[in-house]
Amino acid sequence: MKTTENSIYDSAKRGPVALEELRGIYQYRDLIFQLVRRDIVARYKRSVLGIAWTMLQPLGMMVILSLVFSNLFASVKGYPAYILSGLIAWTFFSQTTSAMISQIVWGGALLKQIYLPRTSFSVSAIGTGIVNLGFSLLTLILIMLIFGLPISWTIIFMPVSMLLLAAFALGVGLIISTMAIYFPDVAEMYAVVLVAWMYLTPIIYPESLVPEAYKFWIFNCNPMYYLVKVFRMPVFEGSLPDAQTMLIASGIAIFTLVFGWFFYSNKADEFAYHL
Amino acid sequence: MTIADNTPQTDPVIRLSDVSVRYRLPGERIHTLKEYVIRILQNKLQFKDFYALKNINLEINKGEIFGIIGRNGAGKSTLLKVISRVLIPTGGRVWIKGTVSPLLELGAGFHPELTGRENVFLNGTILGHPRREIEDHLEEIIEFSELRDFIDVPLRTYSSGMHARLGFASSTSWEPDILILDEVLSVGDEAFRKKCEARMRGFRSGGTTSILVSHTMDSILSLCKRAAWLDHGTIRMVGPSDEVIAAYRQAQAGA
Repeated sequence: MKTTENSIYDSAKRGPVALEELRGIYQYRDLIFQLVRRDIVARYKRSVLGIAWTMLQPLGMMVILSLVFSNLFASVKGYPAYILSGLIAWTFFSQTTSAMISQIVWGGALLKQIYLPRTSFSVSAIGTGIVNLGFSLLTLILIMLIFGLPISWTIIFMPVSMLLLAAFALGVGLIISTMAIYFPDVAEMYAVVLVAWMYLTPIIYPESLVPEAYKFWIFNCNPMYYLVKVFRMPVFEGSLPDAQTMLIASGIAIFTLVFGWFFYSNKADEFAYHL
Repeated sequence: MTIADNTPQTDPVIRLSDVSVRYRLPGERIHTLKEYVIRILQNKLQFKDFYALKNINLEINKGEIFGIIGRNGAGKSTLLKVISRVLIPTGGRVWIKGTVSPLLELGAGFHPELTGRENVFLNGTILGHPRREIEDHLEEIIEFSELRDFIDVPLRTYSSGMHARLGFASSTSWEPDILILDEVLSVGDEAFRKKCEARMRGFRSGGTTSILVSHTMDSILSLCKRAAWLDHGTIRMVGPSDEVIAAYRQAQAGA
């Protein structure tokens, strides 16, 4: 028989929930791995093109957008790669956060039956997103080579950019999915917000085109502006973000993640009452 | 003969003291954030309290197979959820020693596109087992499910019988300290029920505590020494299962 004598659960003696949740995720790390694996494998098996779809979707968007806007934004050298570099960062953000909302519904059925760390499905959604983002990055490099754009050594900075983006997405996803548990209409509102947010972030248009009057709103008040910039610079522009941009981007990412984690964990005990 | 004399040692592994579960139901159904905000602004947000469990005190000892009976909506499933940490009670204290494993709906978390083997790993990690432990049990699970030839094909090609066999094998190949069975004995066919009961008796000899909820009084009588009768979220009676069942039946007949 297993020796589990020391594993005692006492509802009156629980530690801080956010830390308990963190410990839970570590204990259930194999589950996270299996969930990520499931998402990747299921997607890969479902269609002939399999994992290629991950790359084809932003690629298709890139083609359409570059055809539509290339005259307008002719000033940008390698415009399709410019779009793609912003688009894959954005796609990662929008897909993972939306996935977290739907995962909580799917996972909710399980959470009503068995104890699991409540963040399992959110963390695994980010894991799946990172794998897909890696594939998208390869596509981007390919596109840049095709367009004859130089690949700089600064590309080794990308893991940092991806990590910051992932931290921010996890934080936002946790906040939105907590709200979506109580009010299902939040999911629909969020879908609308995402569309507007994308156009308010310099993804398909160059930064230089933003009129002076809007710069404050579009740049300074938009967390995704910094995160997309930190993602785009090392790969597309071949330069590292300056210290100020880095500081703001990491500050936003870490704050959002910590806030989201606490917000979600503190409400998590109530989820089973609402799901 | 009283059961108390028969119980060799009282070594509680589950202790509930004054446990209550209160649901706050909005006076009217509010489904959207918009409505919610409007109600708050109008100061018209009212809640009705509903107690699914009220002041439950219960101790269950190591190695027991404990039965829970009661009518639909009496709070049986809620009680199991409190014990398996799914619901955190709104009042009182739950103390549990050891790992708790509910026997899930067979094949919970299975994915049709994954192979049988992949699903065993997915299901096993959902039950909280590390990968290494699942690898150790894999042979036994494949053997028990009698699916060796099909273990590497996608689950969607399985018949429903094969699906159930894999689900049962992968969720009962573990020996948890506390096993929770909610009505599972009533869903399967006769053979499945036999298999399930045999496993539970096997678990008991290994020291596993089982909690069984069932409407099938015969299962409770044959498996459990002690049982509790739940009624409207409170415990009406705890004691030897034959006495509890007799009292329950009498009340049902009178009602």
